[in-house]
Amino acid sequence: MGQITLNAVRKCFGEVDVIPSIDLRIEDGEFVVFVGPSGCGKSTLLRLIAGLEDVTSGGITIDGTDATELPPAKRGLAMVFQSYALYPHMSVRKNIAFPLKMAGMTPEQQEAKVQSAAKVLNLTNYLDRRPGQLSGGQRQRVAIGRAIVREPKAFLFDEPLSNLDAALRVNMRQEITELHQSLKTTMIYVTHDQVEAMTMADKIVVLNAGRIEQVGSPLTLYEHPANTFVAGFIGSPKMNLITGIEAEKLGATTIGVRPEHLDIVDSGGWSGVVGLSEHLGSDTFLKVGTKEVGTINVRAGGGITLRHGDAVRLAPRPGKVHRFGSDGKALS
Amino acid sequence: MATQHSRLAARFMVAPSVGFLFVWMIVPLVTTVYFSFLVYNLLHPERQGWAGFDNYYYFLTDRAFLTAVWHSVALVVGVLCITVVGGILLALLLNLPFWGQGVVRVLVIAPFFVMPTVSALVWKNMFMNPVNGMFAHIAKGLGLQPYDFLGHAPMLSIIGIVSWEWLPFATLILLTALQSLDSEQQEAAEMDGANWMNRFIYLTLPHLTRAITVVILIQTIFLLSIYAEIAVTTGGGPASTTITYLVAQQSLYGNDVGGASAGGIVAVILANIVAVFVMRMIGKNLDA
Ligand SMILES: Nc1ncnc2c1ncn2[C@@H]1O[C@H](COP(=O)(O)OP(=O)(O)O)[C@@H](O)[C@H]1O
Ligand SMILES: [Mg+2]
Repeated sequence: MGQITLNAVRKCFGEVDVIPSIDLRIEDGEFVVFVGPSGCGKSTLLRLIAGLEDVTSGGITIDGTDATELPPAKRGLAMVFQSYALYPHMSVRKNIAFPLKMAGMTPEQQEAKVQSAAKVLNLTNYLDRRPGQLSGGQRQRVAIGRAIVREPKAFLFDEPLSNLDAALRVNMRQEITELHQSLKTTMIYVTHDQVEAMTMADKIVVLNAGRIEQVGSPLTLYEHPANTFVAGFIGSPKMNLITGIEAEKLGATTIGVRPEHLDIVDSGGWSGVVGLSEHLGSDTFLKVGTKEVGTINVRAGGGITLRHGDAVRLAPRPGKVHRFGSDGKALS
Repeated sequence: MATQHSRLAARFMVAPSVGFLFVWMIVPLVTTVYFSFLVYNLLHPERQGWAGFDNYYYFLTDRAFLTAVWHSVALVVGVLCITVVGGILLALLLNLPFWGQGVVRVLVIAPFFVMPTVSALVWKNMFMNPVNGMFAHIAKGLGLQPYDFLGHAPMLSIIGIVSWEWLPFATLILLTALQSLDSEQQEAAEMDGANWMNRFIYLTLPHLTRAITVVILIQTIFLLSIYAEIAVTTGGGPASTTITYLVAQQSLYGNDVGGASAGGIVAVILANIVAVFVMRMIGKNLDA
C-alpha cells in the first residue's frame, strides 16, 4: 500500500511562503512526477512528504492514517537524494544493509536482502567497494538499492538523474521505470526536466511558485494544457504562444500552437522567412520570423530542405490551436 | 609541464630551505649527543673527559626515571582522553544553531590564547589554592573541607589544567570537521530509521576520525614537552615530575650538562617510539 494525501499543506520558511496551499491525492502504485522550474518548491514538497521538513499548516495522510506529526523513520517511505547521500566510509553492502541493521534484522536476513537487491540492480560485483570507487550510475543504483531493501510504502526521488551524463540518464530513466513496473510501489519523482516527466509518469503534477498548475496524465497535459504556464512548460520544443490580432481573431488573449502542429503550406497561413534551420535527419527544427505572429518554432519532417533566408508559409493544423483567456487559463 | 625538467627545478628551488632546516635540526641534536658522552658538570669544571655510557646509566637507573616515564604517559593519555571526548561533546554543542553562537565560539577558543605560565598561575592561585582559591570557597560554602588539589593530587591537577588549555584546540578542529558533515547523509540515515545515537556512531564518528587523528598527533607532540605548567604549579617533586621536567632539573638544578644531555637523548628516543606507535595505530586514517 502507498496512498498519500495532502490536505491544504502549507510551508513557510520564515517570512517566505514557499508553498501557499497544496491539495493532492496520490494513488497506491502510481508513478507521480512533480515537475516545475528550479526553485518552485518541488524538493520542499517532497521533503514535507518525507517528514524531513515540518508543515506550517495542513495535513498529510499515508494509507489513511494521519502522518503529519510522524518522524521520517515512522512514515515507511524511502528517499533517493540528488547527491545520493551514500555513507562514504561503508562498503556498498553495508550501505544497502544499513536500514535493515537499524530495523534490527539478523545479519543473515540482511545479507539475503542485500543479495537480492544487488541482483536486481546489477551490483553483485561491487558489494565490497566503497561509494568513492563507483561511477555516478553505480552510486545511483546503490542509493536505489538502499531504498528498495526497506520495502517502503512509497519511493521518493529528488532529481536522481541530474548528476548523470545524458546517455546514462536515458538508461537509468528506463531502469527506474522498469523497477516501478516490477515492484508496483508508489513512486514520487521530482524533476525539472519535462522529458523525464513525460516519459516516466502515470501522473504529472506541474508546479509553479509553490502552486499546482495542473495534474494529469502526460497526454492530458500535452493535449489539454490548463493554462499558458503548462502549455509552455510541457512539450519540446516549446509551444508557440502568440498574442495580438491573430489571437483576438479566435476570441482569445493568447493562442498556443505546438511546433509539430504547424504545416508548411503553399498559400494562406502566415508568411515568414527561415531564420535558423536545424536538420536532425528525423526532424527539422525551423525558427521562422513572420509578419503576423513574430518568431515561431516549427518542427517539420526530416525531408525538408529549407535553409536560412528561404521564404515559407505556415498554417496551424485545424483543431490543434489552444486558446487562453486574459487570466492565462484555457478557454473551452 | 610536470616534466623531469620542472621537477628538477622544483628540487633546486626548495634545496636552500630544506638544507637550512636540516642544519637547524642536526646541529643541536649532534651537540646534545656529543655532550651526553662527556663528563660535563658546571660545578666541577676540573672533571673532564669521556664518560662513555655512564651518563645514560645514571639517568636510566635513577629512581626518579621510571616514575617520570609513568607521569609523562599519564599526562599525555589523560589530557588526550579529556580533550578528545570533551572536544567532541563541545563541538557537537557548538554546531547546533543557537542565539549568540559567534560570541560563545570565541569564548570557547579563548583559553588557547592564554600563555601556559599564566594559565597555570591563575589555576594555582585563583582556583586550586586551598585557602584563597575559588574551589576552596565553594567547598566552604557547601560546608565541606577544602581540598588541596596540587598538594594531594598534583598529577591529576596538572592534567586538569593542561586539558583546559588544549580543549579549545581539539574543539576547534573537531568543529570544523563537523561542519563539513553532509546534511543529506544525516537525513538519509534518519529516513533509514537511525536514531540520534546511531547516527553519531555510524556517521558522525567515522566522519570525525581524520580530525581526531590530527588532534591526537599534534597534541601528543606538544604534551610530551609540557614544562611550564609543572614548573609553576608544583615545581616537580616526586609526584609530578615528567621526563621533560626531569631533564630540565638535571641541567638546571644539578648543573650536570652531560647527564641532562643523556636524558634529553633518552627523551628523544622515547618520543620517537611513541610517534611510531601512534602513527602505526592511527596514521592510516590520514590517507583515506
Ligand atoms: N531551508 C530553507 N530555508 C529557507 N528557504 C528555503 C529552504 N529550503 C528551500 N528554500 C526556498 O524555497 C524555495 C523552493 O526550494 P526548493 O523546494 O528546493 O525548489 P526546487 O527543488 O523546486 O528547485 C526556494 O526559493 C528556496 O530558496
Ligand atoms: Mg530541488
